[in-house]
Amino acid sequence: MENLLEIKNLKTYFYSENGVVPAVDGVSITIKKGETLGIVGESGSGKSVTALTAMRLTPGKVVEGSINFNGKDLLTLSDEAMRKIRGKEIAMIFQEPMTSLNPVFTIGNQIAEALKTHMNFTKTKANERAIELLELVGIPRPERIVKEYPHQLSGGMRQRVMIAMAMACNPSLLIADEPTTALDVTIQAQILDLMRDLKKEHNTSILMITHDLGVVAETCDRVCVMYGGKVVEESDVHEIFNNPKHPYTQGLLKSIPSLIDSEEETRLYSIEGNVPIPGTLRGGCHFAPRCEFAMNICHTEVPSYKEVATGHFSRCWLHEVEDEEVQNEANIS
Amino acid sequence: MLGYIVKRLLQLIPTLIGVTLFAFLLVAAVPGDPAQIIAGDSASPEEVEIIRSQLGIDKPLYEQYMSYVVNILHGDLGTSLRSSQPVLDEILSRFPTSFILTVMSLIIMIIVGLIAGIASATKPNSLRDNVSMMFSLFGISMPVFWMGIMFILLFSYYLPWFPSGGSTEFKHFVLPSIVLGLSASGVLARLTRSSILEIVNQDFIRTARAKGLKEKYVIYKHTLKNALIPIITIVGMEFGILLGGAVITETVFSMNGIGRYVVESIQFRDFPAIQGSILFISTLFVFIILLVDLSYSVVDPRVRYEN
Amino acid sequence: MEISEKVISQNQNVTTTYEPRSPWQMMIKRFKKNKRAMIGLYITVLFIIVAILAPWISPYDPYAYNMKALLQPPSLSHPFGTDQFGRDVLSRIIHGSRISLMIGMVGVGISILVGVSLGTIAGYFGGIIDSIIMRIMDILLAFPGFLLALAIISILGPNMLNVMIAIGIFSIPVFARIMRSSVISVKYKEFIEATKSLGGSHFFIIMKHVIPNCIAPIIVLSTMRIATAILTAAGLSFLGLGAQPPSPEWGAMLNEGREYIRSATHLSTVPGLIIMLVVLGFNMLGDGLRDALDPQMKI
Repeated sequence: MENLLEIKNLKTYFYSENGVVPAVDGVSITIKKGETLGIVGESGSGKSVTALTAMRLTPGKVVEGSINFNGKDLLTLSDEAMRKIRGKEIAMIFQEPMTSLNPVFTIGNQIAEALKTHMNFTKTKANERAIELLELVGIPRPERIVKEYPHQLSGGMRQRVMIAMAMACNPSLLIADEPTTALDVTIQAQILDLMRDLKKEHNTSILMITHDLGVVAETCDRVCVMYGGKVVEESDVHEIFNNPKHPYTQGLLKSIPSLIDSEEETRLYSIEGNVPIPGTLRGGCHFAPRCEFAMNICHTEVPSYKEVATGHFSRCWLHEVEDEEVQNEANIS
Repeated sequence: MLGYIVKRLLQLIPTLIGVTLFAFLLVAAVPGDPAQIIAGDSASPEEVEIIRSQLGIDKPLYEQYMSYVVNILHGDLGTSLRSSQPVLDEILSRFPTSFILTVMSLIIMIIVGLIAGIASATKPNSLRDNVSMMFSLFGISMPVFWMGIMFILLFSYYLPWFPSGGSTEFKHFVLPSIVLGLSASGVLARLTRSSILEIVNQDFIRTARAKGLKEKYVIYKHTLKNALIPIITIVGMEFGILLGGAVITETVFSMNGIGRYVVESIQFRDFPAIQGSILFISTLFVFIILLVDLSYSVVDPRVRYEN
Repeated sequence: MEISEKVISQNQNVTTTYEPRSPWQMMIKRFKKNKRAMIGLYITVLFIIVAILAPWISPYDPYAYNMKALLQPPSLSHPFGTDQFGRDVLSRIIHGSRISLMIGMVGVGISILVGVSLGTIAGYFGGIIDSIIMRIMDILLAFPGFLLALAIISILGPNMLNVMIAIGIFSIPVFARIMRSSVISVKYKEFIEATKSLGGSHFFIIMKHVIPNCIAPIIVLSTMRIATAILTAAGLSFLGLGAQPPSPEWGAMLNEGREYIRSATHLSTVPGLIIMLVVLGFNMLGDGLRDALDPQMKI
C-alpha cells in the first residue's frame, strides 16, 4: 500500500522564558492509505504536538524534519497552500467537543463554512450537504439541528457534529486527537463505531491519538507508542498487545485492569514515578528513571530504534543486550 | 425574549429605589440646616421656619422620602433655588446638548477604540500593536479637561477652525465630542485587544483554522463575534465615563448641558437642582445598562435561549 | 539496577534546558524584562521622591508673590515660568505632587480598607450578607464614577479632605467586587477546607489563607486606582470643587491658568503635562505588575 503521510525525524520545540522544551524530539511515522494508525502515550508525550505540527497549527517551532503528504512537503508549503489542504485533505477533530465549536454560530453554519471555502458550494447547497452529513454521523432530526447552537447539544452530539464537519470535504486523512476522552463510556463506543464505519465507507486514513489502549484495540491497524517526545515502540496492533517489547509498553499493558487475571494479581499494576514534565528530561532513554530494568547506559545514551521482529520496532537497550547474549551463545556453540 | 425583558425590568426596581434613596439622603445628609443655609445668616428664625416647611424637612425622614418618591413619579423634581424654575424643566432644556455630545463622543469612541483594539490584537507584539497601545495609555492618562484646553489652543486659537465654546450649532460640538470620544477610546481599545486575544486562544478558533478557513475569516467572523460580548459590556460601562466626562467637557467648552448645570448647582449650593440632576443622570445610566444587557441576547445565543 | 547518581549529574549541564524558578523570581524577571513597566516604575518612584523632598528641592516658596515677575514664560531662573502672581510654577508643581500623592494614597487607602473588608465578608460568608453588600455596591456602581464623587462633594462641601473621602468611596465597589470573586475562587480549595476541619476560626482562615491568596489583584488594582484617583481629584479641583486657591494642586493650577491661555500658555500646558506623566507612570506600573503577576488577571 502507498504511503499517505510520512513524517521523518520531526522535531518541534517550544521556546519559553524558561528555556527550550523539545516537545517532539525526532519522531518518524508513516500512515498508509486507508490505514488507522494509533499514537499512544501519556499527556506530555508529544503525541498531540506531532498531530498539530502535521496541520501546521502548533505554536511551537519546527527545527528539523519533513512531513510528506501525498507527495507534498507540508512544512515548505506556503501558508495559503497549506490552508487549502487543511479541512479539505487533512481534517482534524479535537478532544473537547464542549469548547471546540463556536458558541455563537449555528451548527449548520459551521459545517457549511468548510464546504463554501473548499468546494465553492452555494449557501443553499452547503446547507443541504450539512444536513446530509449530520444524517451520516447519526444525528436525528438533522434539519432542526442545523439551526441550533452548540450549547443546545450534548457532548456526544457535539463530537458527532465535529466528525461531520471533518468529513465534509471527504478528507483522505482524518486526525483524531483524543476524540472520546471527554465523553461517557457508552457514547465513546458509539463514536468509535461511527469512525470505523466512515473509514470503511470512504477509505479515509485515520491518525488516532489516544492514551486509551482500549480505543487502540478497537480501531487501529498499527500503533506507535510515544514517550518523552520520542516514539519508543511501533508495530501492528496484535503484536503490541501480544508481544510488547519496550518496558514502557509492557507497563502500559499491565496497568489495564483485567477480569481474567484477577486471581493472579490482586493489585493493579502501575508504572512507578510520574510522567516527566517536557523539558526537564535528561540525556539517555527518557523512560530510564521509571524503568525497572534500567541499566547504567540507559541514563547516558539514547538507545537506537531497532526492528525486533518484522514490522515491529522498539527503542530499548535491552534489545542490544539480548542481541549480544544471542551472539555470545552463538559464539560459544 | 419578552419574559427576559420583563424579568430584567423587575430587577431594576431595587436599583431604582436605591438610586432615589441615595439622591434623597444626599440632601438630607447635608451638614447643618439646609433651611438656614438657604435663608442666609441674616434671616430671622421665622423665615428659616417658613423655608423649612417649604422644603418639607420638618417631617420625619421616611415621610420625606415617601413624598419625595411620589413627587418624582409625578414628574416633580423640586424647584431650583437659584432660578425658581422647576428642576425637571431646567434639566430637559439642557438635555439635548448633553445628549448630542454624549452620542457623538460615543460614536467617536467606538470607531477609534475598536479600530485600535482590533489593529493591536490581530498582530500582537508588533510595532502596530505597541504604537496603538501606547496611544491608548496616553488616552487613559490624559486629563480630559487638559485635552480640551489643548484642543481649544490648537484648533480654535492657533488654527481658528472651530469655536472655543457654546452649544447652539453643530460646529460647537465638534471639538468637545472629539476630546471626550478620544479620551474614552483608550479604555475601549485596551479591553477590545484583551478580549480578542482571549478568544483567539479558544479551542473553537483552532477548529476554525483546522477547517482551512481564511485567516481573515477566522478573525473577523469567528473571533470578533465572540469578542463582541465583552466589548458590549465595556461600551455600556464607558457610557458612565462619558457621562462623567461630559460634566468636565461641557464646562471647558462652555456648553449649556446637564453636566455644567450640576457643577454650577454645586457651586451655588442649589440642592434641589443637584439632587434632581444626579437622579436624572443615574436613572438614565441604569436604563443604558439595561439596554446593554438586553443587547447581549442579540449577539449571544446562550443568553437568548437560557432566558 | 541502580541509577548512578554520578552519571546523571554529569549529564545535567549537557541537556538541561528548562529551569523552574520560584513564582516570585519569575515575577521579578518578567517585570524587569518589560520596558514599559520599568519606565512606569521610574516615573512613580521619581514622583514619590519629589513629593517627599518637596520643601527641600523646590527653588522658591510656592505661595510667595513676586509682582516684578508676573506671567513670565519659562526661563533659566523659572524653568516652568511664573503665574499671574509671579509665583514660581516649578515650585508649585513640586509642592503639588505632595497633594496628589496624598490624595492617591489616602483615597485608595479608604477604598482598600472598606472595599476589601466588604468584599471578603461577602465572598466568604455568602448568603444574605453577600446579597445585601453586593446590592449596595451595585447601587453605588449605578452612578457614573465621576458623578458619584461630585455628588459626595456636593454634600460635604468642596475641600481636599472631602475630595479624598469622595474618591475613597467611589472606588469601594470596584475593590469589593474583585475581592469577592477572588475569595470565592479560593474558598473551596482543599487547604481551606482542611483548616476548617481542623477547627480554624473564620478570622484566622480569612487572615491566614484567604487574604494572602487575593493579594495580587489588589496590588494591581490599587496601582491603577491611584492613577484614577489623581486624575479625578485634578478634575474636581479644575471644576473648583476640590482644592481651593492658592493651593498648588495641579488641577486647580490649570483652572487658574486657563484664564491666561493666550498670554501665558505654559500655565495651561505644564500642569496638564505633569498630571499626565504621573498618571501614565502609575498606569504603566499597574499594567506591568499585572502582566508580571498574572497576565490572565481580569483588571
